[in-house]
Amino acid sequence: MARINLDHIRHAYGARPKSEADYALKEVHHEWNDGGAYALLGPSGCGKTTLLNIISGLINPSEGRILFDGTDVTHLTTQHRNIAQVFQFPVIYDTMTVYDNLAFPLRNRHVPETEVDRRVKEIVEMIGLGGWANKTARGLTADQKQKISLGRGLVRSDVSAILFDEPLTVIDPEMKWVLRSQIKRLHKQFGFTMVYVTHDQTEALTFADKVVVMYDGQIVQIGTPAELFERPRHTFVGYFIGSPGMNVLPAEIAGNTAAIGDQSITLNFQPQIKAGAKTELGIRPEFISLGREGMPVSINKVEDIGRHKIVRASFADRPISIIVDEDREIPAEPRVTFDPKAINIYADSWRVGGEA
Amino acid sequence: MEKTWNNKAWFMVLPVLVLVAFSAVIPLMTVVNYSVQDTFGNNEFFWAGTDWFQDVLESDRFWDALTRNLIFSAIILAIEIPLGIVIALNMPKRGIGVPICLVLMALPLLIPWNVVGTIWQVFGRVDIGLLGRVVASMGINYNYVQNPIDAWVTLIIMDVWHWTSLVVLLCYAGLVSIPDAYYQAAKIDGASRWSVFRYIQLPKMKRVLLIAFLLRFMDSFMIYTEPFVVTGGGPGNSTTFLSIDLVKMAIGQFDLGPAAALSIIYFLIILLLSWIFYTVMTTSDAQG
Ligand SMILES: Nc1ncnc2c1ncn2[C@@H]1O[C@H](COP(=O)(O)OP(=O)(O)OP(=O)(O)O)[C@@H](O)[C@H]1O
Ligand SMILES: [Mg+2]
Repeated sequence: MARINLDHIRHAYGARPKSEADYALKEVHHEWNDGGAYALLGPSGCGKTTLLNIISGLINPSEGRILFDGTDVTHLTTQHRNIAQVFQFPVIYDTMTVYDNLAFPLRNRHVPETEVDRRVKEIVEMIGLGGWANKTARGLTADQKQKISLGRGLVRSDVSAILFDEPLTVIDPEMKWVLRSQIKRLHKQFGFTMVYVTHDQTEALTFADKVVVMYDGQIVQIGTPAELFERPRHTFVGYFIGSPGMNVLPAEIAGNTAAIGDQSITLNFQPQIKAGAKTELGIRPEFISLGREGMPVSINKVEDIGRHKIVRASFADRPISIIVDEDREIPAEPRVTFDPKAINIYADSWRVGGEA
Repeated sequence: MEKTWNNKAWFMVLPVLVLVAFSAVIPLMTVVNYSVQDTFGNNEFFWAGTDWFQDVLESDRFWDALTRNLIFSAIILAIEIPLGIVIALNMPKRGIGVPICLVLMALPLLIPWNVVGTIWQVFGRVDIGLLGRVVASMGINYNYVQNPIDAWVTLIIMDVWHWTSLVVLLCYAGLVSIPDAYYQAAKIDGASRWSVFRYIQLPKMKRVLLIAFLLRFMDSFMIYTEPFVVTGGGPGNSTTFLSIDLVKMAIGQFDLGPAAALSIIYFLIILLLSWIFYTVMTTSDAQG
């Protein structure tokens, strides 16, 4: 159990990085609270695996320090950091039995055999491979291998942190749900710090106390699911979280009005914007209301997805998405209003606050 | 999948069968032919039955040579397989070192057998050879022409120098096919260097090691050129292996009957031992 500090971490895979683009991790400066459950979310290649490998010590960062509970561990090896990690691609020792695979991390640390037996039996039941314990791991199916891989990460009860790198990708949805709640239960029981990489935003939002969104080698926002939804700090978070993502429209900001094309919208605050910045207005499809009042839009397509409808429309010659209730009529001459509380203003893609 | 039976398929393998017939089966049959007949010249042959086989199997000469072969192969395997593994484990996995090491390793394999023999024959000579001079100057009385132990040591060093590379290259091919994730997982799991070898590297090398083992066994068991060039089977009979003896018998003494019988016995021994090794190793593989 540990608090983990990443102190100005930067990492480049090449030996002599010349430009900012050579860095797989641009600058990560952040604290993971002791016992927290974090979901790490981001597109392919944004540096999620790199960040986990730096925490576990598989990679030495090019710059910066890592601290566990205030002690510098930057130069400690993986073995000395007491961290468990489940990899993106399942790793199994295929000459060993399922049981021995799960016992391996414990036996290497000279845990007494009775304790090994107790832990392994618990985990093997948990991952649903009870009947397979004495079979060799070779010849198991891909999802069974992934379960073993996951099990090896969970079998040690004394770890400081467990890092999961998309551990459930090839597992079927029902089992995924079971395993996810088991991981949550273990997390409550043992209180390890947990970082969980996923591509699946529902998984991230339901699973974690805090969601960390990465983009292009940087952490762009850390927050509760509600914060990410309501106040995306970066337009990328707006796009990435939510389905469909946030509407981001180029806007001219003057005082407390935003002009989009020939429409002008009054804001309930006055954004502070540096001269020359590219300014945009962000509004989620959930906070646009479609009716007979407000600004004109033309509707291109209506997608009925069950609980509600997604309306694809053009607003001031820009495509926008609007979510409307299932039973709501769509008027012949549609108009929209934006909920002022839900409007965010972005300068060069970063959210700007203002005097309310 | 359902098997389809189509007799026309046999036509497809016909070219290969013809080739093998000419290159292997027909010569083998002539050998069989010689082994069961006797001749006093003039192309007159008499049926000799299994006499030659009995003669060969009852001679001390055969058993002595066979023992030498077995000891030689055992020593070769005991040195080259572990040494090959150790070298492969220590070869660089990436960077400029890889092609350099691969080329260095491949070099001995490219040299013809008799040239290897000649190189070492000269290299080891006490009067003009570099190795011979150096060893002699260290006060060791080394002379492969007179001392049987020295002759054996020379042959073994030669073979190790010539063929360990093969084992190295095969093992290396197995090693580089291991994804990085395995080593990372092993670090997370706290595995020792030995465990990494035992549970990750060795299983991955198992198949290629089987091939290396069989190739090195068959090859060392058939050794001919090196002792022929370097020691000529001596001093005494100390390096007279089956192959050397066979050639002495067939060409030196022109005893075609016994030589043919010996050839067949020799062939069957290699076949039998290879089959035993293969079966033992693949069944232990299946049990994993
Ligand atoms: N071993 C490596 N050598 C060189 N570059 C690498 C290496 N591993 C990753 N990279 C690069 O670093 C960047 C970040 O990679 P990383 O694997 O951390 O991304 P990721 O967020 O885990 O992606 P994914 O979701 O596809 O797993 C990528 O541009 C990738 O090409
Ligand atoms: Mg990754």
